[in-house]
Formats: sequence, C-alpha cells, structure tokens
Amino acid sequence: MKNRMTSMTKASKDNLGTILMLVAAFVIVEILRAAGLVNAHMDGMLVPICVYATMAVSLNLVVGILGELSLGHAGFMCVGAFASAFFSKCFENSMGVFPRFLLAILIGGIVAGIFGFLIGIPVLRLNGDYLAIVTLAFGEIIKNLVNVLYVGRDSAGLHFSIKDQASLGLMEDGEMIIAGPQGITGTPFNSNFVVGFLILLISTIVVLNLINSREGRAIMAIRDNRIAAGSVGIPITRYKMFAFTLSAVIAGCAGALYSHNLSSLIATPARFGYNMSILFLVFVVLGGIGSTRGSIIAAVILTLIPEVLRFMADYRMLIYAIILIVMMIVNWNPKSRAFIQAHSVGKIFGKKKTAKSGKEGA
Amino acid sequence: MALLEINQLSIQFGGLRAVDDFNLTVEKGDLYGLIGPNGAGKTTVFNLLTGEYKPTEGVIRLDGKDITGRPAIEINREGIARTFQNIRLFRQQSVLDNVKIGLHNQYVCSPAAAIFRLPSYYAVEKQMNEKAMELLSVFDLEGEADTISANLPYGKQRKLEIARAMATNPKLLLLDEPAAGMNPNETEELMADIRYIRENFDMTILLIEHDMRLVAGICEKLTVLNFGRILTQGETKEVLKDPEVIKAYLGDD
Repeated sequence: MKNRMTSMTKASKDNLGTILMLVAAFVIVEILRAAGLVNAHMDGMLVPICVYATMAVSLNLVVGILGELSLGHAGFMCVGAFASAFFSKCFENSMGVFPRFLLAILIGGIVAGIFGFLIGIPVLRLNGDYLAIVTLAFGEIIKNLVNVLYVGRDSAGLHFSIKDQASLGLMEDGEMIIAGPQGITGTPFNSNFVVGFLILLISTIVVLNLINSREGRAIMAIRDNRIAAGSVGIPITRYKMFAFTLSAVIAGCAGALYSHNLSSLIATPARFGYNMSILFLVFVVLGGIGSTRGSIIAAVILTLIPEVLRFMADYRMLIYAIILIVMMIVNWNPKSRAFIQAHSVGKIFGKKKTAKSGKEGA
Repeated sequence: MALLEINQLSIQFGGLRAVDDFNLTVEKGDLYGLIGPNGAGKTTVFNLLTGEYKPTEGVIRLDGKDITGRPAIEINREGIARTFQNIRLFRQQSVLDNVKIGLHNQYVCSPAAAIFRLPSYYAVEKQMNEKAMELLSVFDLEGEADTISANLPYGKQRKLEIARAMATNPKLLLLDEPAAGMNPNETEELMADIRYIRENFDMTILLIEHDMRLVAGICEKLTVLNFGRILTQGETKEVLKDPEVIKAYLGDD
C-alpha cells in the first residue's frame, strides 16, 4: 500500500515539475521584459518559441507516447494556421478581439484534427511505417494545395477557385482572403507571449494528464507490445486514432498561434515544408523520445541557438550541428542518462538556468 | 455445456497443415494440459483460440457461443485471456501499470475526465489501483509494484503476465509454457499459484507445458499433440503411461 502511494506521487510530482518549470520560465521572461533586458529581436522570438515548443509536445504524443512516426506535422500546423487566419479575416470587423482569437485557435485545432482523423482512418489500421509515408505526403500536398487556393469574398458571399484571382469573379466591393501563392495577408496580429505560453501550458497539461490515465496507459501499451495489448482487449485502432487526432488538434492550435503572429502568411517550404517536420522530430528525439519536458526544453534551446549564434555568421550552422551532436550524446549515453536520472530534481533547475542564461546572453 | 468446445480445427500455412482436425472439450473448472514435442502445433492452437490466426476449418465455441475467427480484442472480451511463450509485457511500464492495462475493460472513465482530472478520474484510479494490488498480491508481486516490468527477474515476469491476463476477468485462462526458464523452486511456487487462482477465482485453465513435473503435478486431463494431430487425450495418469506418447517424446526404441 505504501509503495502504491509513492508511485502515484512520483508520477504527479514529475508532472508538477514540468508545469512549474514552464511557469517559472514564463515568470522569469516576463520579469526580464519588464526590466527592459530583452531586446526587440529576442522579444520577437518569444511567440515562435511557444509555437515550436507546442509542436514538440504534439509530435512527442505521436512519436514518443503512441510510438508511430509522423513526418508531416508541419502540415497540420499549416492547416491550423490557414484555417484560423481565414476565420479571423472573415470576422475581422464583426467580432471582438478576444472571442474571435479564441475561436480562431479552436477552429485551427478542430480543422487540423479533422485532417488528422481522416488520415488516420485508413493508415492507423495498418502496422508498420505507413503513417510516416502518408504524413510525409500529406505535408507536401497540403502546402502545395494552399498555394493554388484562391478565396475571395464580396457582398454575394464567398468565392473559391484553384486557377487564379480573376476566375473568382469578385464584385467591386470584394476582397481577397487567400490569394494563392501570396497566401493570407493582414491577419490580425493577436498572438503574444502570454497567449503563446497559455497554449503551450494547456497542451502540456492535457498530454501529461492523458499519459497518467486509463487511456494513456492503453496508448503506451500499444507502443510497448501491440499483440499483448490486443490480447488484453485494448481496442488498438481506436486509441491510435485518438492519440493521433489529439496530436493534430494541438498542432493546429500551434498553427493558429503562428499565423496570428505574421503579417503575411504564405505556405512556403521554409515554414511548413518537410524540413520543418524534421526539425520538430529533432526536438522530440533530442529531448528524449517520450519525455514531454525534454521535448519542450529541446525545442526552446534549438530555436534559440541559431539566434544566439548569429554573431558567428558563416560558422553558425556548423556550431549548431556540433551542439546537436553533443546534446544527442549527453541525452542518450547510458552513463549520462544514469547521472541525469540520479539528479533528476537538479536537472529541472539546471536545465532551466541554462535556458535562461541563453536568453540573457542574447 | 462445456466451457470450451473445439471441433475439427485446422489451419494451413501454404503446404503445411500446422494443426489438423483438432478436437478439444474443456469443462468449467478443468485444469487441462496441452503437451507435445517441439513444433507439434501447441502454440498455434493457442493463437487460433485467441484470434491471432484465423482457422482454415473448424469451429471454436466458448460457453456455447461461436467465436471462430473473431479478432483478438473481441475474443478477450468474450472471456479468453492468455500469456505468451516469449514473454510479452509492456516493458517500459511499471508492474502496477501492466496489471492496470489488463483491467482496462473492467472500468470506465472518459478521456475528458482524465484530461480535466475530474473526481470520477480519481475514483476510478483508486479502484483500479486496489484491484491491481489485490491481483499482484496473489503472485507476491505487490512489493515490486513500482518496478519497471523489464527489470523484473524472469520468473516474476512470467507471473506478472499471468496477473495481467487475470486482470481481464476471463472465463478461460491460457498459459503458454508458464514454467519455461524457471528453477525448481520457482516452478513449485508457480504450481501453488495456479492451484490458488483456480480455487479462489473459479478459473478454468488450459496450459501448454514441457515441464513434466508441473504437468503431472497439477493437470487433471491432457491432450498430446504430435505433428499437428492429436496423439491421445484423457486423464493425466493414463496419458503419461501411453506407449505412443513415450515414443513421441523419446523416439522409437
């Protein structure tokens, strides 16, 4: 009985540690901003950091918890970004800022979730690397699809085309909402660090609470041994669908945050392409597959490093690669892992200090 | 009515008839042994019973209900649970969580309740913990509830697999070589545990085993398989004296 109590508090202590780490990082950054110690460039990095950390939480759910590989998570972010920006443009003048942005985030999440669900229906029934292949294709297709999509609005309603702007046949009072390769311009600039932090915090709490529940255990059972999970009556496809869809919803919310931080939202490969999806995967792998806290820390550090190293000019990416390799060795070497596990409480604070000093140093 | 009735079960893999015309009747409360030389098709019978493989021919009835060819998940819900010859635990999860995963279908808690940590979540978790600890204590594993299951010694991993199968509240428990890799002391303990769950949980057990001490010690009835076909069937004492069985195990002369 005693053992059981310690096991419960151990898991919830660990979760509490992650949440406290996030809140503490938020408070420290807010204090630094109030004190004027964060320059404009770094200030502009805050929302993207929240976006990428949320993406890391989302992808960790698929890769680390469910044990499936997704190579197209930037695609879900893209769907969420465009769906939410579309909504905000449509209701820019007819709704207050707060309810509109809240709805935009929800819509970004729901639309991305629908895409995740639809992709999951055929693919998650199969075992093997099919999800990786299909999500890879999805990421590329959705990016190209958005680039040929024209949507305009006039007094007669909405007009769609996949040819060009002229074929929309807008009336004089019409305005473009999505202009093909020009994307969406003039999305209301609603994102800020507080909203970004809240989305990251809520996503983290949702995922951590899910892991320590009946559903989360079932999802991890499928990852650990699919045949054994079936033999104890766990509906495998249903839980795979659930985890994958939830991950897509979180990615869509991150996309909504992202799109409301840009004056011009274009589906470029640099923003929503394959390399982005791989970058998210790097966050998860470096953070320690399955560790939500590690994924967040890796996302923050790896987003900051290229900016912090900007003064090194041409050598920047070289140093970045070396840091990647060192992080990988430190994270996965059995001895260093044993050391980290033995000093787990110190680890939370130690890592946070390095992240903080990284921000200060910039 | 018998708990498990298997009629003329066969499965063909290409040119190989791995199980051929297999018949078996297990009554409620039986402790039934399935033995035979290596490669006789014993595990294949288990895989057919639990829906891993679909039979080419034949009918499987559990409690009078036809469950032939149904998927593994449904068969577990109908009341058959199993362990595996090559242990299949959820290796990265704790001993307690392994059993709680087995309890999955016995308790209901919506994902929303878990995510928002509603009172129903805590109530269900508490019930699951209590039930899981109760099952672990049957196998003397309650002291290791927090251990990651991959770190358990081999014999305890086998016991944990039985506890996890028991957690699904089955009518029929299939044990695939439960004593494999155990030393004589561990085998003694295991035999006591099997007797205990049969008495106290009202369990019907069908087991595959090579350890003749265990088979002779606890099984009341035996079926001997050889090359996918039934060699002989009946009371343990009679079967073990059968010259055909001795020949199958030890070879001619």
